[in-house]
Amino acid sequence: MVNIGNLWQYLALQSPLQSMSGDHLNHTHTKMAVTAYALPTLAFAYDALEPHISAQIMELHHGKHHQAYVTNLNKALASHATAAAAHDIAGQIALQQTIKFNGGGHINHSLFWKNLAPAGSDDARPDAAAGLVAAIEKTWESLDGFKRAFSAALLGIQGSGWGWLVRDGDPGGGGGLRIVTTKDQDPVVGGDVPVFAVDMWEHAYYLQYLNGKAAYVENIWNVVNWKTAGERYLGTSKGRVKPETR
Amino acid sequence: MSSTLLRTTPALRTALGASGAVRRAGAMASTSFVRGKATLPELSYDYGALEPHISGKIMELHHAKHHQTYVNGLNSALQTIAEAESKGDFTKAATVAPLLNFHGGGHINHSLFWENLAPASRDGGGQPDGALKKAIDSDFGSFDTFRSQMNTALAGIQGSGWAWLVKDKASGTLGLVTRANQDPVSGPCVPLLGIDAWEHAYYLQYQNRKAEYFDAIWNVVNWKTVATRFEKA
Ligand SMILES: [Fe+2]
Ligand SMILES: [Fe+2]
Repeated sequence: MVNIGNLWQYLALQSPLQSMSGDHLNHTHTKMAVTAYALPTLAFAYDALEPHISAQIMELHHGKHHQAYVTNLNKALASHATAAAAHDIAGQIALQQTIKFNGGGHINHSLFWKNLAPAGSDDARPDAAAGLVAAIEKTWESLDGFKRAFSAALLGIQGSGWGWLVRDGDPGGGGGLRIVTTKDQDPVVGGDVPVFAVDMWEHAYYLQYLNGKAAYVENIWNVVNWKTAGERYLGTSKGRVKPETR
Repeated sequence: MSSTLLRTTPALRTALGASGAVRRAGAMASTSFVRGKATLPELSYDYGALEPHISGKIMELHHAKHHQTYVNGLNSALQTIAEAESKGDFTKAATVAPLLNFHGGGHINHSLFWENLAPASRDGGGQPDGALKKAIDSDFGSFDTFRSQMNTALAGIQGSGWAWLVKDKASGTLGLVTRANQDPVSGPCVPLLGIDAWEHAYYLQYQNRKAEYFDAIWNVVNWKTVATRFEKA
């Protein structure tokens, strides 16, 4: 029986650029040999990001939207395991887009929650990530210059998607920083290491900001968890979510 | 479905004003260009007229803010292209293509969308009749099958986009297509009925429960418009 034990590995296999280390392969094999993913708990209360992100948005976003990605991912992986056990290649291929969408949704939101922190907290101060900020200043001349470039990339997304600060994680790639955007729930896989992410789906801001997404983008800088971003940049946190299993 | 599902915040009420602007009934909305400029079409019904199925607040933001942004973006893209063209800078003109597609598509799609909606107390809801009904029965099996296939297509959109009932000009048959983001329906397919599956189309009222929005919107579909488009296509 083919075991799609690890979502990262699965999604990275969709990319020709994959370079995976083994240390994120932290998951539990059940007797069924299908890993079931679970909604991660937040490190802060739903209202902890107010006034920049409302409690109502956080509750729906985490409790409903993220949960739906987890539920649908688990369903798709179970179907995939059944198809694999039956040597049904067409059946497995037919599930790939569903796995990519919901698996991406799970990975992206898991990364997002961890790169948010209450405004004014120590983690939300850029000096909690001195190494990263130095690298940002080298690339974009100043932290403000970077924020302007990142915000412009976010506002340029046409439709649903995400904006990312990524580090080149390829061996010999130089470790440079880049801003990338991905559509819908496409995750960052392959050589790039996500440093932090901003969700630009309308559900991420609409109840509070309505069509005023520029204000959401402006305010999200107040709740960026620079400590997490700095650790992902340095590789002390893998920058890769270890999907929680149940 | 009821309007009690609507949760408003004080900020929202302020943003929308006390009464909500009233749009006078006028000519059917159309993809109108005045001296080369796209303009926001007027609606033939008030913002609140589609309640309780689509709230007045959603309609006002959707028409006056979102659609207006596409109109502005389209005009700006057209201007950039015209300026680039006048300088012979075709590279510049070509780089504007994604913006033209996005904002132009947004303008076309929403203009079609407003026309294919109507208050449930007037032309909205019910089922088509005549030649359109015959075509739906013949190409989908039944109206109920068509509606459930359209709802499945809408639910399956991964991200922002639209689902359309279209007529294939070559074969004359009806079909369903989905489009990502604001990509317009083009080629051999003529759009007859579009449903906006962007979150802004329903979030203030239905939040994550988009299946409820996809069920409710059938109460305000204007089959007269769809039939007219079908006959002209
Ligand atoms: Fe999200
Ligand atoms: Fe829309």
